[in-house]
Amino acid sequence: MNATTAMEVNAEARRILAVSISKLYASRTQRGGLRLHRSLLLSMVMRSARDIYHSSREIEGQSDAQPTSEPMETSSDQTVPEPQPELQPAVNAAEPPSEESDSEDEGCDSDIAEDKENMSPTKQSRKRRGKAAAAPDFLPSKRARLEPGEERYAAQLGSCRAGAAESLTALSLNLNRVIPAF
Amino acid sequence: MAGAGGGNSDVQWCFSQVKGAIDDDVAEADIISTVEFNHSGELLATGDKGGRVVIFQQEPESKNQPQCRGEYNVYSTFQSHEPEFDYLKSLEIEEKINKIRWLPQKNAAQFLLSTNDKTIKLWKISERDKRPEGYNLKEEDGRYRDLNTVTTLRVPVFKPMDLMVEASPRRVFSNAHTYHINSISVNSDCETYLSADDLRINLWNLEINDRSFNIVDIKPANMEELTEVITAAEFHPNQCNTFVYSSSKGTIRLCDMRASALCDKHAKQFEEPEDPNNRSFFSEIISSISDVKFSHSGRYMMTRDYLSVKIWDLNMESRPVETYQVHEYLRSKLCSLYENDCIFDKFECCWNGNDSVVMTGSYNNFFRMFDRGYRQDVTLEASRENSKPRSVLKPRKVSTGGKRKKDEISVDSLDFNKKILHTAWHPLDNIIAVATTNNLYIFQEKLN
Repeated sequence: MNATTAMEVNAEARRILAVSISKLYASRTQRGGLRLHRSLLLSMVMRSARDIYHSSREIEGQSDAQPTSEPMETSSDQTVPEPQPELQPAVNAAEPPSEESDSEDEGCDSDIAEDKENMSPTKQSRKRRGKAAAAPDFLPSKRARLEPGEERYAAQLGSCRAGAAESLTALSLNLNRVIPAF
Repeated sequence: MAGAGGGNSDVQWCFSQVKGAIDDDVAEADIISTVEFNHSGELLATGDKGGRVVIFQQEPESKNQPQCRGEYNVYSTFQSHEPEFDYLKSLEIEEKINKIRWLPQKNAAQFLLSTNDKTIKLWKISERDKRPEGYNLKEEDGRYRDLNTVTTLRVPVFKPMDLMVEASPRRVFSNAHTYHINSISVNSDCETYLSADDLRINLWNLEINDRSFNIVDIKPANMEELTEVITAAEFHPNQCNTFVYSSSKGTIRLCDMRASALCDKHAKQFEEPEDPNNRSFFSEIISSISDVKFSHSGRYMMTRDYLSVKIWDLNMESRPVETYQVHEYLRSKLCSLYENDCIFDKFECCWNGNDSVVMTGSYNNFFRMFDRGYRQDVTLEASRENSKPRSVLKPRKVSTGGKRKKDEISVDSLDFNKKILHTAWHPLDNIIAVATTNNLYIFQEKLN
């Protein structure tokens, strides 16, 4: 896979991830409660998308996107991201309008803030189950999203999170936790 | 060829009836969620999202029209399930009827099991066409007579009355499922039945509603390790110790209840290795089995996944003996189908009476039949446009290549909101019931 194809795959993977997350969020408000089968399938798609995203990132050769760096914090901490201009538009384009995102016409900061809203429910669902997340190492509400571009900025902004560095790798844990324990 | 059905390549299907509102605006409660013929085919039951069950009865064949099998008319309608609220989990429990299964008839009354996500109910449907008249102490309208006016005694007699069909809940089987019930299946012993949810299968006695036995439990100790769920389960049609359950990973496990009380260890596992060329983001979703049905003979079983129907010989676990592509042209559209949620649609499938033909639904109100013997398949459409009585259904075709022939439909013009998830085949005759979103179509074989 050459770098261009890898980038397309990368964008596709991100889009699928975003769509999946918004579906997960929507399913929580569905009548009849969370459907285990559907949640499982969604998390599998997210995992595939994340894996493919990772492998396409490596192929793109953007090796300074440390996979273990922390994603963005809350919007209040956020500043406009530094260059990776080819990524940023792809990132914003990849975010589909979700039920919470009404900020298509606002700046990218607000976009990102709105999309953080979309991210949070998966973490909220984890919190609600009260599992190992009893002492969560992530913020309970405004959860950073998994945008790749932001990974390299987290170090600059400083984390207000006490715990371990989160990353798309760590998202694998999160994906598992998407399935609530009844 | 014009049609496929009954092992005869010349079968043609005609429109017979359509039930339900003509409105394009579909009320959510009217969405049909299950369709099932009884064992004789005389009765046809449907369940809907509003928790109602409607039973149709076939009229006896009229002597005037021996060419036409009897029509189905409403026999009984009742509210089976109501919406409930689980206060502990703050969850609403939908009243949607997930499955209906008829019990074999033993006496004058008919019995069926209906289930929503959490509760199974046994309903007795009985007819009353006589009532007693001529009581000594009561007037006909129920008022008590003045005893002084009673001078003679008479024996009350039964007089005919207008037929009344009563449905009464005889048993309620509740509080046995933590997850959402997807299947119920009556055992051939006619004494027990199973109910399956995402992670567990329970065995019930039809007479005992306060106790059930758990026979399969695939819940992992740590829910984070969950990799598959149960999607459907069914008892073998004549071996009362055997049942199968399908999973979201595309495997089917056959279990023998004689082996142990808890059948976590399967007796057979049916799985086809995945074709690596077809791997995509959505491979797992499309390999999830949405329905499993034994053939009437019990020798084969059929599974439905998103794109295909597979027939398995119970004696061979390594791969299916037959695979039929239902709508392979959707394989390149999986991403869009994921976005519009269609990829999660759970299609059912069914056998005809002598196991020679199988049928399943698709989109655009199309449904497909596959004749196993003649190796033919046909696509037909359930629509009001083809609803002139006894009009023959014309086979439809979806054009997959660049050039669209006349009368073909391109993939992009398919209406994905019009899906046929539930179909049923009369156990003895070539009569089929096909449910669109809120209408029930009945088609019959053209008889000369």
